[in-house]
Amino acid sequence: MCGSGGAGVMTAANMFLDAAAEAGFYALFGRSSGPQIRGGEAAALVRLGADPITSVDDTFDIMLAIDWQGVQRFAAELPLSKSTLIICDPEAGDVPDVYVKTGARIAHLRMKELAKAIPGGRPNMIALGAVAALIGFPIGPLTEVLGKSLKKKRADAFEASVAGVKAGAEAAASLGAAKKVSAPKAKGVKRWTITGNYGTGLGAIRGGVRFCAAYPITPATEVLEYLSSALPKVGGVFVQAEDELASVNMCIGASYGGEASITSTAGPGLSLMIEGLGLSMASETPVVVVDVQRVGPSTGIATKCEQSDLNIAVYGLHGDAPHLVVAPNSISDCIFTTQWGVYLAETLQSPCIVLSDQALGQSRGIIDAPADVAFVGKRLAAVAPAEGEVFKRYANTASGVSPMPIPGQAGCQYTADGLEHTETGTPSSQEADHSLQLDKRQRKLTSHDYGNHWATIEGEGDIAVITWGSCTGAAREAVERARADGVKAKLIALRLISPTQPEQMGEALKGVKKILVVEQSHLGQFTRYLRGEYDLPAKPEQLSRPGPLPMRPGEIHARLMSMGK
Amino acid sequence: MTSSNTSATYAAKDFKSEVKPVWCPGCGDYAVLSSITKAFADLGLAPHQTSVVSGIGCSSRIPAYTNTYGFHSIHGRGLAVGQGLKLARPDLTVLVAGGDGDGFSIGGNHFLHACRRNVDLTYIVMDNRVYGMTKGQPSPTTESDWDASAMAPPGGTGMTPFHPLAIALAAGANFIARGFSGDPNGTAAIIAEAIRHPGFSFVAIMSPCVTFREEQREWKDTMRKTAIAATTDSAQAARRLMTDDGFNCGVLYRGNRVSYGKDKVASYQVSDLDAEFTL
Repeated sequence: MCGSGGAGVMTAANMFLDAAAEAGFYALFGRSSGPQIRGGEAAALVRLGADPITSVDDTFDIMLAIDWQGVQRFAAELPLSKSTLIICDPEAGDVPDVYVKTGARIAHLRMKELAKAIPGGRPNMIALGAVAALIGFPIGPLTEVLGKSLKKKRADAFEASVAGVKAGAEAAASLGAAKKVSAPKAKGVKRWTITGNYGTGLGAIRGGVRFCAAYPITPATEVLEYLSSALPKVGGVFVQAEDELASVNMCIGASYGGEASITSTAGPGLSLMIEGLGLSMASETPVVVVDVQRVGPSTGIATKCEQSDLNIAVYGLHGDAPHLVVAPNSISDCIFTTQWGVYLAETLQSPCIVLSDQALGQSRGIIDAPADVAFVGKRLAAVAPAEGEVFKRYANTASGVSPMPIPGQAGCQYTADGLEHTETGTPSSQEADHSLQLDKRQRKLTSHDYGNHWATIEGEGDIAVITWGSCTGAAREAVERARADGVKAKLIALRLISPTQPEQMGEALKGVKKILVVEQSHLGQFTRYLRGEYDLPAKPEQLSRPGPLPMRPGEIHARLMSMGK
Repeated sequence: MTSSNTSATYAAKDFKSEVKPVWCPGCGDYAVLSSITKAFADLGLAPHQTSVVSGIGCSSRIPAYTNTYGFHSIHGRGLAVGQGLKLARPDLTVLVAGGDGDGFSIGGNHFLHACRRNVDLTYIVMDNRVYGMTKGQPSPTTESDWDASAMAPPGGTGMTPFHPLAIALAAGANFIARGFSGDPNGTAAIIAEAIRHPGFSFVAIMSPCVTFREEQREWKDTMRKTAIAATTDSAQAARRLMTDDGFNCGVLYRGNRVSYGKDKVASYQVSDLDAEFTL
């Protein structure tokens, strides 16, 4: 559904999603808008189904344009086909050539005129009713949602909206047939609607985070938006910092004080936070940084997705600075992976970068209610040394994790330092101290048992599709389609990017003859990372392309089919 | 600020560590370290309930020389670390310390916003108008025509020196004072008052670098140790600063702004947060 600013596209789509959830469907709702700060053309991209949805599809069954102002800009993001039905208002002018050329069937719906006939009526409600009727979507949940959002505040607006939806539904009969949605199955698990960015915020709090300092940046702002209101409710603190340097260092200070801390940013902010991450790493003060990746380099394309911050996240710190990098691979997984990231950071006293991305962060999904897993960050407690002895904050333990006191604990005072140091924390430029601390800091990461959370692994086959982040949904769907077409492939979506898990990967790749790497990076950062860090059984085929367009199942499926020949 | 410990009292020496400073003989920072530890003891604080946070530079080495919970962070970011710590742990006494390059150049933005934010902590800048650790470059507070170092451009930088007190006042700091390392008792009293005063307290301490600014040895004769009488009127403080020559010591300004931050009260269980997303 698309239209110019103020046409109510996003309002209608959000209501549609609420109603879909109410009716027991699953859905994925992404949004696209023009570069204007407020207003400007907008497109709500909704996929609806009876089964869980973690990917965009190859094309759209229906495109509904309330008007055409600026909408031609979305052409590349709106792949249409001959089987697409374009619904538009003849009053809004001609369908732009770029859409006509797709061969899609065009049907007219006089949204403006129908809306005018209803006191307070709006074209977006006509559109909503028409689409619902066309695909066989129940009207009941729609009016219920309208009631919830409007009835209390404005009874007249509620009545106008319901009348609009009904008028739209009646008018739909003249539009011809469209693909019907399968009836929803009985709900086994409770459903949630949530965006990846809100999920990240929730996962952080579930993991024990009680402090966040952050600086606004697209497309990560919703993480701080969520935490700014949720953290105070659970006794936590939120601060809007003056810049990303302050954000990460405030978090490090709070963490030193004993509070699990998080900040969220996107590529440009991550660049600034790198020095702080180095301090966190060297001083062994845990901190979690969420990077909701957008198109880079530099300011790039702020509102679109790309997976091109892998290199800076893994290799961006100066010095030998091993640290944690984790990546969620679905909206739901934003909750789990962030929570896990907090747990790992706290347990291993390390910085942890959570590499989310715009497509996960800013999309809203109807998902099965996520289980609250038991991962809550806990640090290794310190015991005060005997009278007259100096506490060893950076003690060379077998696990590499040293006891970490919280200020206020008598007898354990120490100075946290980014300077290389002895076991007590005293600055040192001695080779022996440097080697010992380097070994210790690496050992604590490599000797930890990450269990089976290191990757999402699905299916079996001669071919392995290795991917990560928001490409996972499209890859999953491609693997399923290929299986239906007789090509068996296995999906491996890496959740733990760093440290690497060579044994587990070796196990996962047993019997695999061919590998396809799927990623959204022009440089092929993920492919290079895999080839550099892992012993792969075969030189991987690469499906690496940049943003801003999302990876779609069809292109991956096509590659799998040619590989399976 | 934390109230005094009930079980024991601590002397200034209890706040000092065994680590030997890297500072040059004659450096003003030795005396500042003594003033800080004296202030802590005079206030009846306990080392384990006190935290000293710094950035990078000669003076920023100070946390390791104390027996408190120290954090020697990164260049320019001491204030950010210190504010995060204090907001997470309002029960601790937090003192942030550093030099003029650390605080006013690379950390300048954090300084402005720390003044505005008004978190209840004390910020001490040991000002020697030079980068000592990197051996003699002009800093933001260096006189515009200073070129006595091979590291300075001939004729000086030509840049107007940063006026820390005026900028702190303009940016909203709640307590502003100047001390001198050559007057350790007077400086200790100022630091103690700064710690007691709610909100963001800024204390500039003139602390000579006898290695790269030998002429600063003369400060012992030129600094006026009790020249400033405190005012609560920011307009009056501003007028005084307009004619200030940088040699007047004492408390310039005491504000009455409410400290940043709210009491941490949990009104929700974590699981209560699920409701927002549940259908």
